[in-house]
Order: sequence, then C-alpha cells, then structure tokens
Amino acid sequence: MGRIFTTDHRALGVLYLYLALAAVAVGTVLSLLMRVHRVWPNAVIPFFGVMKPEDYLALVTMHGTLMIFFVLTTAPQSGFANLVLPEQIGARGMAFPRINAAAFWLTAVAFLVLISAAHITSGGAPISGWTSYPPLSALPAAGPGQGLGMDLWLVSIGVFCIAAWLSAANMLATILGERRAGMTWTRLPMTVWAWLVASILTLLAFAVLLAAVVLLFSDRHFGSSFFIPMGDMINGRVVGHGDGSPLLWLHLFWFFGHPEVYIAVLPGMGLATSLFANFTRRRVAGYRMMAGMLVAIGLLGLAVWGHHMFVSGMNPYAGTAFAMVTMAIAVPSTVEVIGWLATLWGGGLRLQTPMLFALGFLSFFIAGGLTGPLLAQPALDAYLHNTFFVVAHFHLIMAMAGVFSVFAGIYYWFPLITGRMMNETLGKLHFWISLIAAYGTFLPMHFAGLAGEPRHYDRLMGPATSFPSLIPVERGITFSALLLATAQLLFLWNVFSSAHRGRRAEANPWQATTLEWAGGAERGRIERGPYEYELPLSGNGFHPQWETASKEE
Amino acid sequence: MPATFTRNQVEIERKDPGIGGKPPVDRRPTGGGGDGDNWDNHPRGRGGPRELLIRYRLGVLFALAGDLMFFVALVSAFFVRQSTGHFDIHDNFINDWRPLAVPPILWLNTAVLLLSGLTMETARRQLFHEIDVMEEWLGLGRPAVKRAAPWLVATLSLGLMFLAGQWVAWEQLVREGYAFISPDPSSHFFYLITGIHGLHLLLGILALAGALVGLFTLKKVEFRQVAVDSVAWYWHTMGLFWIFLFVLLVFFQ
Repeated sequence: MGRIFTTDHRALGVLYLYLALAAVAVGTVLSLLMRVHRVWPNAVIPFFGVMKPEDYLALVTMHGTLMIFFVLTTAPQSGFANLVLPEQIGARGMAFPRINAAAFWLTAVAFLVLISAAHITSGGAPISGWTSYPPLSALPAAGPGQGLGMDLWLVSIGVFCIAAWLSAANMLATILGERRAGMTWTRLPMTVWAWLVASILTLLAFAVLLAAVVLLFSDRHFGSSFFIPMGDMINGRVVGHGDGSPLLWLHLFWFFGHPEVYIAVLPGMGLATSLFANFTRRRVAGYRMMAGMLVAIGLLGLAVWGHHMFVSGMNPYAGTAFAMVTMAIAVPSTVEVIGWLATLWGGGLRLQTPMLFALGFLSFFIAGGLTGPLLAQPALDAYLHNTFFVVAHFHLIMAMAGVFSVFAGIYYWFPLITGRMMNETLGKLHFWISLIAAYGTFLPMHFAGLAGEPRHYDRLMGPATSFPSLIPVERGITFSALLLATAQLLFLWNVFSSAHRGRRAEANPWQATTLEWAGGAERGRIERGPYEYELPLSGNGFHPQWETASKEE
Repeated sequence: MPATFTRNQVEIERKDPGIGGKPPVDRRPTGGGGDGDNWDNHPRGRGGPRELLIRYRLGVLFALAGDLMFFVALVSAFFVRQSTGHFDIHDNFINDWRPLAVPPILWLNTAVLLLSGLTMETARRQLFHEIDVMEEWLGLGRPAVKRAAPWLVATLSLGLMFLAGQWVAWEQLVREGYAFISPDPSSHFFYLITGIHGLHLLLGILALAGALVGLFTLKKVEFRQVAVDSVAWYWHTMGLFWIFLFVLLVFFQ
C-alpha cells in the first residue's frame, strides 16, 4: 500500500509511465482495428463483428482521446518530469508531493472513467471525436454513445483537467522555488526549460478546456444552450432551443487543443537537445537562443488556435490573422532545428539507442513540421482539412515525434531507475523497424490526402465516393501499421527482460552532466552550466554540474 | 526566525513600554539570533521558514493563475453567447439574449465580501508582526494566534453571510421567472458564474476553517503563518474575481 500510494516523485513518474503504457496499448489496438477495417471493411473483427460506421467513429474518438490525453500529455510531461525534474534542479523533491500524488491518482481515475465509457454503457463509446464538436456532442439523441458514453467522456476529461492543473501548479512551484543555490536560469538543463513552458501551457490551456466541458455538460443536462444552435435537427425533428454557437466550443476547445500539441512535443524538444549534447560530447549550440525559442514557441502557441477552424465558418479575416501567427511559429521551430543541427554538425556521434531515438525525433519533427506551413494557408487547408493529409501531418509531428522522444527518454533514464542498461541490439532493432514502419504508415497518408481521401469516413468503397486507386496504398499503410505495432513487442520485451537481467549500469553510464546522475552524493552549490562537454584541458572531457568549479582551479 | 513585517512606529511604541516591559529587540530588519542568522542569508534549498512560505505562495499563485484562465474562458463565452443568434425567414437577425437585472442584494453581498477581505488581511498581518512572531518563535506565548483568531472568525462569518446573500439572490431571481432552466442564456450565465464563484468561496470557507483549526493545533509558528497566508491570498483573489464578475453581470448585460 505504501508503495502504491507513494508521494515519492520518482515512483510517481514510473506510475505515470505505466499508465501511459496501458493507454498506448489500448489506443494502438484501436488504431489497428481501424486500419484493418479500412482495407477489409467486411471482415469480422473481434468484439465488433462486422464494423458499423458508428463503431468506426467510436474507435476514432477513443483512439484520439487516449493517445492525446493519456499518452502524449502524461508520459513526456508528468512521467519524465516526475522521474528526474527535482534532481535536475537540485531540489529535495517536488514542492507539493501530496498534491503531485493526488494529480496522478486523479489522472488514473480519469483513465478508468474513459475506458468505462466504452464498455459499461449500452450505447458504447462516444462518436464525436476527441474534439467533441457540438451539436453532435451536446445532444444525447445525436447518436449511439452520445448518451451516457459522452457524459462519461466529459467527466473523464473534466477530472483530467483538474489533475493536469494540480500537476502543473506543483511543477511550476518546484521549478521556480526549489532550485538549489547556484542553479540559475542559464544553468537549467533544456529539459527543465521545456517542462517549465509546457507547465505554463498546461495551466492556461486545461483551465479553458475545463470551462468548456462545464458549459457543454450544462447544455446536455440543465437545458442551457451555450453551444446548441437554433433549429438544430436530429432525424428531421428540431431539437435546438436557443441561439447557441457551436463555434464557441471550437474556440474554447482549440484554445486548449493547440497548446496541448506543444505540451506533448516541447518536453521531447528539451530532451532531444540534452541528448544531442550528450551523445556528441558537445555544448548545446546557442543555449540561450534555444531556451528563448522554446518560450517563444509556447507563447505563439497560445495565439494560433484558429488555424484548426479555417473551414468552420469562422470570419475569414480572423483566419488570415491566425494564418500569419501560425506561420510565425515556423521561425522559432526552425531556429530549434538549426540549433540541433549545429550541435550535431561535425560532432562525433555516439549512435547508442537513446541518441538514435532522439535523431528519429528530429527526423519526424522536420518531416511533420514541413507540412505545417502548408496547412497554415487557409486556401490550402480548405481542400486538405478533412483529408488524410492532416492525419499524416499531426501523426508525424506530434504522435511519432512525441512517442520517439518518450522512447529516447526511457532508453536514456532506464539505468537511473533500474540500475541496469537496456539491451542495445534489441534497442537498435526496435529503432530501425519503428522508424521505417512509422514512415511507411504516415508518409503515404500525405498522398492519400492529396488525392482527396477523407478522414473520419469508415470505408472507401461506399456508393457515393470511391477511390479504388488508393486501395493498394491503404493496404500498404495497414501492413506498415501492423509492423509498427509488432515492433513495440521488442521494446516491451527489452524493458521487462532488461529490468531483471540487463547489464548492470555504472553510476553515470552516459557520462552525462546533469544532476540526476549525481547519485545524490553532492549537495553543494551549483557552479557549472548544464552541458559542459568538449573541454580539451580536462582529462575526461566533461564537467558534471555537481562538480564545483574550485576543484579544477 | 520566520518571515515578519518590518515593524512600524506603533509597534516600536508597543515594544518599548518604558519600565518593566520586554527588552527592545532592534536587530533590523527581521530579528534573529543576533548573528545575522535570520534565514535571509541562507542558500536556497535549506528548507528555512521563509522558503516554506515562498513555496506555498508560489503554489497558491500558480493554482490561482489556472483558475483565472477558467473564469476568463467563462467571461469570453459570456460575450460570445451575447452576440450569437440566427436569421429568420425574413432575414432578420434574431438574438435570444434578454438582459438580466441582477437582484439589488448583490450590492450588499459585494460590500460584505470586500469587508471580509479587510478582516482577512488584518488576520494575516497579525501573524507577521515582528514582536508577536518573536514571542511565538521563542515560545513565550501565542500573541499572534490570539490576535488573529477573532479576525479569522469574522472573515468566516462574513464569507458565510456572502454565500447566504447569494442564495437569497438566486431565490429572488427564481421568483422573477429567471430560474436556471428558463431558456434565457443570461440567466444561465448568472447561475453558472455566481454558482462557480460560490463554490470557490465555499472551498475558501472550508480552508479558512482549516486554518482556524491549524492556528491552534499547528506546533510551529511558520506552519501557522503558511496556513493563514495561503488562505488569505486565495480569499483576496476570490474577492478580486468577484469584483470583475460583478461588474460583468451588472454592467455588461
């Protein structure tokens, strides 16, 4: 019991990772069901039989919700930050360990409520997507799963918002108030900068989502009409009562939804920066610039939500403004990429598994990022918005980049948690299969999208639309996705076998400079920067942050 | 030595009574053991009383920053909903927003809440008076607790009065035909905004009761300071939020 209801931040970090693992396992299975259904629409699928269109929409909803909230928000931010953040800033622990633990348990409750939405209720899971646009989400009669299933979805997300809010407040109080003497802003590891910015975004964004959820719940149960438009019809019957605005939900939701993307990917950017420095044994190129650009991305990310709404009937002038700000994000993102490339350029790369996954992150960040400015054009988005092009874009930039950064983090911090190294050969195999299969899955989706293949449609061979030439592409995507999922078994095997039988790790196996590797021995003042590699005068070529400067003079 | 205010003229007089009083303590600014060891000069990460206070203040600050965004979202929804509508068959723009005249008792409630802010601040300051904190720190008595407790009780009662007043306002509205289930968006917003603010205040009252209990049960002076200080900042923020929400509900219908 004491081990489970712990307030130890590192144990909580591991619990968050387990929760994310459970969510990613369910989410992946759901996505595979979708892929199989798309190419063999009449196949009999376990639990479903022959899949109905609403089943497909329920899969889309649950896959999106699980992956966005319970994987990409929990693992890189709450999971990794709990693992190492207090050590990295030289704190004794989190500022509010009990609030931190409460945040985890609320997240776990939210997860269980969400899962129960799919299994307990008669209508099944909600079908209105992870974005839950009203009026579909506002009226129980709108479809199967929109009754109790949708209510449970709202409760789950509401609880998740409160958990995220507690967790972020704790994280910010820790970073601002608990740093050890001498741990100045410019001595913070880049991961801490990323968690700082992501926590600020969490605090601001999830509060707005919670407000939206409360309003939607009130629409569903208390007869208000914040989001339900006048004359809304279901099955030919008018159900709308009042001049509500679905667009209002879109504004509130995407004010949360866009920063959410950065909450998912910023920690990966910070981690990649750290790993590039470590595995090339060089200082981070332009540390201040890199940290500043992380902050800039976060701030700009708060002002671009409208680019998700170009085709929603929003004022076109607003669309132009949002397009400008969105394209402005390309500037700090490019600075980050150039900073990474400058760190890597001419450095002696040590291609160990964490580094490979960090490079994979970089690759996806560029590949997925390049389509961002395209989709930021309202004119292009009008065509591409409801196609698989968008699916390809966000799966590369957010899902794959995010997941690869999580893998990088797990391979990197595994020795810190277990005292053992993960198997390198299996790790490299896992990396290469995952990389190729991930591109094999998501790259062709660009072409399917350009060809006009719509997303959110359960099958291609309907009487109205047919894309017979796309069937081979679709089939290839499905096979690739199956391969991608199978490769993760290698990873699971590697984690659980290495935890018991892996090679024993030495104290600082990656010869890292940041404080989590100090082993808690030193508690002095911090006198060094976070990435003091590449020092020709000293013997071992790097100065960890726990070394005092005076020792060398 | 826990955090204190630098003493003011009145305190110097109180502290220096002439004959038979306590000896003057005139190490500035915050007293201590006479060796300058007042925790101000300690490196961070040592868990001193001042650091404890800063930690809780940061936590309350960030939690309330998120809360502020929550209310900002509600207020923006208020303005958006106010202007949405539809076109009828004659192409007239129809909007269903009927401005709501807030019950006049809200003015009284607002005054009560502002007053409770003053009593709360008075209570908070009692716990930081240097001479009282010194006495508690040295274990000579609990003057700060004795001075703060009545003010906390006053705040608690005023808070309960505010909530009761809000309840009366709701009942008056229902009698006027503005129940929550009426189709009026303005009344939906009124109930939601006052309801959620009231819920926050209810949490504040529970915290206040907790702080009052803590005032007598917490062993260390710095813990008592933290308890009252955190509740005080929360309370002030809710007062500030209410002023904005009140202005919104009264003048922006």
